[in-house]
Amino acid sequence: MKTKAIRRFLLTLVCTALTIALSGCAGDKAGGTTSRISIGIPQDIEDSLDPHKAVAAGTEEILFNLYEGLVKPDSEGNMVDALAESHTVEEEGKVYTFRLRDGVKFHDGSLVTAEDVKYSLERCADTSSGDPLVPAFSAIESVEITDENTVRVTLKEPDNEFLAYMDAAIIPASNDSPETNPIGTGPYKYVSRSPQENFVIEKFDDYWGTPANIDEITLKVIANSDTIVTSLNGGAIDMFVRVSQSMTEQLSDDYNVLEGTMNLVQAMYLNNAKAPFDDVRVRQALCYAVDVQEIMDIISDGKGTQLGSSMFPAFGKYYMEELNDLYPADPEKAKELLAEAGYPDGFSFKLTVPSNYQQHVDTAQVIAEQLKRIGVTAEIELIEWESWLSQVYADRDFEATVVGLDASSLTAPALLSRFVSDAGKNFVNFESEAYDAAYAGASTSTDETEKTAYYKECERILAEEAANVYIQDLPCFVALNKKYTGYEFYPLYVQDLAKLKLADGQE
Amino acid sequence: MKYFLKKTAGLLATLLAVSFLVFAAFAVIPGDPATAMLGTEATPARVEALREELGLNAPLLVRYLRWIGDFLRGDFGNSYRYNMSVMSMIGDKLPVTLTLTAISFVLIVVISIPLGVACARYAGGMLDHAIVVANQIIMAVPAFFSGILITLVFGLILHLFVPGGYVSWQQDRLAFLGYMIFPSIAIALPKSAMAVKLLRTSILSEMKLDYVRTAYSRGNGTRAVLYRHVLRNALIPVITFLGMALADMVAGSIIVEQVFNIPGLGRILLTSISNRDYPVVQAIIVCIAFLVIAVNFLVDLLYKAVDPRITLD
Repeated sequence: MKTKAIRRFLLTLVCTALTIALSGCAGDKAGGTTSRISIGIPQDIEDSLDPHKAVAAGTEEILFNLYEGLVKPDSEGNMVDALAESHTVEEEGKVYTFRLRDGVKFHDGSLVTAEDVKYSLERCADTSSGDPLVPAFSAIESVEITDENTVRVTLKEPDNEFLAYMDAAIIPASNDSPETNPIGTGPYKYVSRSPQENFVIEKFDDYWGTPANIDEITLKVIANSDTIVTSLNGGAIDMFVRVSQSMTEQLSDDYNVLEGTMNLVQAMYLNNAKAPFDDVRVRQALCYAVDVQEIMDIISDGKGTQLGSSMFPAFGKYYMEELNDLYPADPEKAKELLAEAGYPDGFSFKLTVPSNYQQHVDTAQVIAEQLKRIGVTAEIELIEWESWLSQVYADRDFEATVVGLDASSLTAPALLSRFVSDAGKNFVNFESEAYDAAYAGASTSTDETEKTAYYKECERILAEEAANVYIQDLPCFVALNKKYTGYEFYPLYVQDLAKLKLADGQE
Repeated sequence: MKYFLKKTAGLLATLLAVSFLVFAAFAVIPGDPATAMLGTEATPARVEALREELGLNAPLLVRYLRWIGDFLRGDFGNSYRYNMSVMSMIGDKLPVTLTLTAISFVLIVVISIPLGVACARYAGGMLDHAIVVANQIIMAVPAFFSGILITLVFGLILHLFVPGGYVSWQQDRLAFLGYMIFPSIAIALPKSAMAVKLLRTSILSEMKLDYVRTAYSRGNGTRAVLYRHVLRNALIPVITFLGMALADMVAGSIIVEQVFNIPGLGRILLTSISNRDYPVVQAIIVCIAFLVIAVNFLVDLLYKAVDPRITLD
């Protein structure tokens, strides 16, 4: 009796093992006519799916495929017409008129109307819960429907850069619960999600523009970074964006590694209101003491782009490469400056770093070693990202921190507005009248060249005042199975999945 | 009857204490759901508006009582992050963790009892020595490390499963169970090793007692003495251990879930804690506490089944 039971159990065990082995084989086939890809993501899309309320960069970069605005960025960062067929800018950037594209459909099959556009824009500009959902929309005076295919946006003040914000998603006015039932016009539409497991989207057949290539995309949450490489090599996922240098070395031959930049400003951000960082000489001393090339050599094999101010190269005309040379690595000069500031023997401070960003933790460790050369002790304190947000970012209760700040749109204010003395996001408490004046000059200027000159002035002040110890724009590595091609890097934090396609000879 | 009343009262008191502790802990640790949700877009006005919307501005005790009131009415609330009902989130993930625990538990029982008996029966022999040595090694290897080894050997070299290729139980039950086998082995191995060792020692000490000699003198063979007389007595400490192991697996499968990329209860709990998604954390902790207490209760009942002389009071 007993042996029979054991035998039966063993049989079941063998059968199950066989089932796994067999189902593993079945997974290798592409599945006939439906093309699929599994993409690993480091954290779940645990934000609201409402495009106007989602704030996490990891959510926004995926929602880019589900939603579109009147205009949207292309891979060079230019704003091109999307739901608008054409647009005109009048009165030096005070009035923007959009002519809507005909016959564009939402994922639920209904047509995009001028009412939907007005509803979406006004929703973003609504101030009933304090600040508007899209902060820049506080500049909007009115949104009018001039005829059934035309919408006119009038600003309070002329701003010829405002088009960059018009990528705010257009959603149907009829949708009651955009946070759980996302309906947009993008090349992909939402299918399902399971918390901490996956997020599934599929190709939208009625898309107005160039259709997506891959039929179904599963975004799988790989929360433990140690399993990213095994998941890639084992075939559970086909692609992972932002793998580290060391991971790329462990990948099998099935993978191509594509290299781009992360498009963010990594720096040791200093609390300018706290001693000793309230003294410009101390801040400059730290800049001289930190050797950026050494950091890049140690943490990413020399890859990365050095930065000298709050601006990265993807911005083209605003980026000032010459600022990188302002503080060459020079420990002696650093010591002199410290002595002048009254710290001949150095000092010690707390360097708060979010523990989930390995590249920032690594950078902080190298910096701490470099600062020892000038007698400054940086005690590294690792905290969770959520604590960082409330303690460092919201409450400004810190001395120094290493993070990377990205740009929410391709406009200079996305990176520079936070350093205006009274800005709500000025978590480093930077204060400079010259900066405020230059920034105000840029905001009110309607001449393109003059505006650019003002923004460059802002960058120069940040660098000369050593507001922060600027480090680099981090390199970004994408692991993509050789079965697929078509990945495109964007100068913004977005993943354009519609461009992905099967490589030749794959079905 | 009195036993049940006592147990139930204990259960309620424990759940109440646990849930309050969780509430209090979140009041002490830094970080708040509103700033966590708004990220770098947070401005004081938006944080304030969101806090008001989530009802976070009320005093701690008021919020706790409000939560208990809803909980007793079966309303676990909504996740701040997912805008989903907590009930459906747990309903989605609990089966994953329970399946993992159940398979591991069955493996432990199936591996450890025959091996333990065999060790004791042939104590001092080759088999016994081999198992004792193997046991020491396995016990020394933590579950997450054996998980990594299993992934390497069975996943990447032998291709018996796809590492990280978890399949949801709603999608394909068989493939789901198949994927769960290897993580279960990783959990079961160290615990089985302990159970074998415990059972071996326990049987050997029972074998020295008088009733064993009596049983032999009545003409029983070693096999009969072992299974009919000794095993029942020797099992009591093992059952205690298995009960503890079971509770530990329900509450602590998180590490193996991470290694094998299984989206179980532990994973949700971990991310909800870092997101300060209070309603989810509360409900999961209460759920786990309930399961642990229930397991203890079952162990009590099992004692009585194995040894009728034991009374419950």
